Amino acid sequence: MNKFQTLTAVAAPFPKKNVDTDLIIRIERCTGMPREELGRYAFEMARYLPGGAENPEFVLNQPRYRGAQILVCGEFFGTGSSREVAVWALASLGVRCLIAPSFGQIFFNNCFQNGLLPITLPAPTVASLAQRAAAPDAGPFTVDLAAQTINGSVHFEIAPRGKKMLLEGLDEIALTLAMEPKIAAFQAADRQRRPWIYP
Amino acid sequence: MTAKTLFDKIWDQHLVEDLGDGVQLLHVDRHLMHELSGPRGQLEMAQRSLKTRNPELTIGSMDHVVSTAPGAKGGNAPWADQMIESFRSESRKAGVKIYDIGQDGQGIVHVVGPELGFTLPGATLLCGDSHTCTHGALGALAWGIGTSELTHVLATQTIVQQRPKTMRVRFDGQPGRAITAKDMILALIGKIGTAGGVGYAVEYAGEAIRALEMEGRLTVCNLSIELGAKIGMIAPDEKTYAYLNGRCHAPKGALWDQALAHWRTLASDAGAQFDLEHSIDCTLLAPQITWGTSPEDVIGIDGTIPGNKPEALAYMGLAAGTPIAGTKVDRVFIGSCTNSRLPDLRAAAQIVRGRKVAQHVKAWVVPGSWRIKQDAEAEGLHQVFLEAGFEWREAGCSMCVGLNGDLVEPQARCVSTSNRNFVGRQGPQARTHLASPAMAAAAAIAGEITDVRNF
Repeated sequence: MNKFQTLTAVAAPFPKKNVDTDLIIRIERCTGMPREELGRYAFEMARYLPGGAENPEFVLNQPRYRGAQILVCGEFFGTGSSREVAVWALASLGVRCLIAPSFGQIFFNNCFQNGLLPITLPAPTVASLAQRAAAPDAGPFTVDLAAQTINGSVHFEIAPRGKKMLLEGLDEIALTLAMEPKIAAFQAADRQRRPWIYP
Repeated sequence: MTAKTLFDKIWDQHLVEDLGDGVQLLHVDRHLMHELSGPRGQLEMAQRSLKTRNPELTIGSMDHVVSTAPGAKGGNAPWADQMIESFRSESRKAGVKIYDIGQDGQGIVHVVGPELGFTLPGATLLCGDSHTCTHGALGALAWGIGTSELTHVLATQTIVQQRPKTMRVRFDGQPGRAITAKDMILALIGKIGTAGGVGYAVEYAGEAIRALEMEGRLTVCNLSIELGAKIGMIAPDEKTYAYLNGRCHAPKGALWDQALAHWRTLASDAGAQFDLEHSIDCTLLAPQITWGTSPEDVIGIDGTIPGNKPEALAYMGLAAGTPIAGTKVDRVFIGSCTNSRLPDLRAAAQIVRGRKVAQHVKAWVVPGSWRIKQDAEAEGLHQVFLEAGFEWREAGCSMCVGLNGDLVEPQARCVSTSNRNFVGRQGPQARTHLASPAMAAAAAIAGEITDVRNF
């Protein structure tokens, strides 16, 4: 998995509330398209006009935010469907870090599996970061995961395991496979306790 | 001994390893797959040369991409048939049992899990679908996962998870006539918002929950994710056991007795502490209907459309300050993992019987499973719907996911018994109003959003 250590990149303000994963990627794009091609369809319904031309109003179509790798989002980003394709689409678009007051919980877990850093901060802090990103003279943001800071000054909390996974690019499946003896021991004991679970 | 919640008991019984800082490795007792999220996980497994650890603890069904057109036997496009075929062959190779199209047991995973007795009280159950919270209605600990987690389950029969906080929601009092489980849970979402449950496992309790049959409880738990909670659950009781007894995957004989004794220990202890508590007075509820593009945008049928979300109103083609009742509709969809079970169809049929669907409305009933379709037909419900002018379709997710040819036309308005009124959910520019099956049936007959209590 891609590591996430520090990132200095353009940050785009995207304060819309309740951005659901249907909005991030339409269901028709979830049927087997290679991950790297998905970026073209990220935010499809907002990014393009009905005729297929780019919607100039959409933040990521504005020249200064094109290719932004950090999104400063509204409340409850990534709500709805469990589709991990939403995270793949964002990654394919080049997004590496999301900052929001809250996230859809399945989406939040999916981010860590794909080297994307979701940062949860109080709404006023997110609002001031969005303001900063929207300022005419806004420079790039720097996110330092090890130090847990944005632009050296804004501190954020992150669960230690998620942090380690991103910093080291760990693969959760490989880590758990290494615990096979514990899984086998659990099942052996559990078969005695709850035999009806095991057909 | 400290008093424990239903959630805490089940979580702790599945602990394989404490990974520190509130993150734990849990055993997964039951895993459900379907032909949309399943194949991606199976592809990951193949690419990494991994073996399905416990194929006997996983079952699969076809629901998301299958066509529900009457008589359909597959997808409605070549890519859909490919997904179905890939899911079939990879599952066969892995030794995973699939309930296939046209077979007893096929249907929406969150309908057939309980129907087959695969979902059990006290079990952990995961599925690559956000509405997996549905299964909590039987007292299971169930939540939806993404592709990476799904692959993790196939490979290790475990999941790594941050322990959530606990919330209890009490539904007090007896709801009035025509007020259903759907109205109860929509009212809660309206009250605390779609982010109100973020970070919590929710237990639903109270008099009105106890009074619900299993199907109503499944509806309540189904919308937990629309509350922001991955997990929603209800303590099992005699209704749960009566529902499960004799179902195909449920334990039998001595194992049943042993399981039952265990299940009776699961309810939250008196005095168990929850991190957060909410309550809803069910005696005050009117039939609920959504007006916007988030499930929290909900009002009683006697309410007026609020003006606090202009963008949502523009999308929905509605004006603030007008009553929601009387809004003309084009489509009606009765189905989905929320409301496609036999009692849902009976409630809708009761409204429809002897009446006709309004001429400008296209109305569908999509049973949640092959079995429900057979049972409904045995009762003659299909005749009631067909005679009224409804389409009576094959089992599947249909217009809830809009990935099978079943779509609402751009700017058309649909009263839907499903769970999401998101922008574009039922098709590009489609306008969705969520409501109960009886409310949807009433809208089909009236040709407009209307109060089912007047029927």
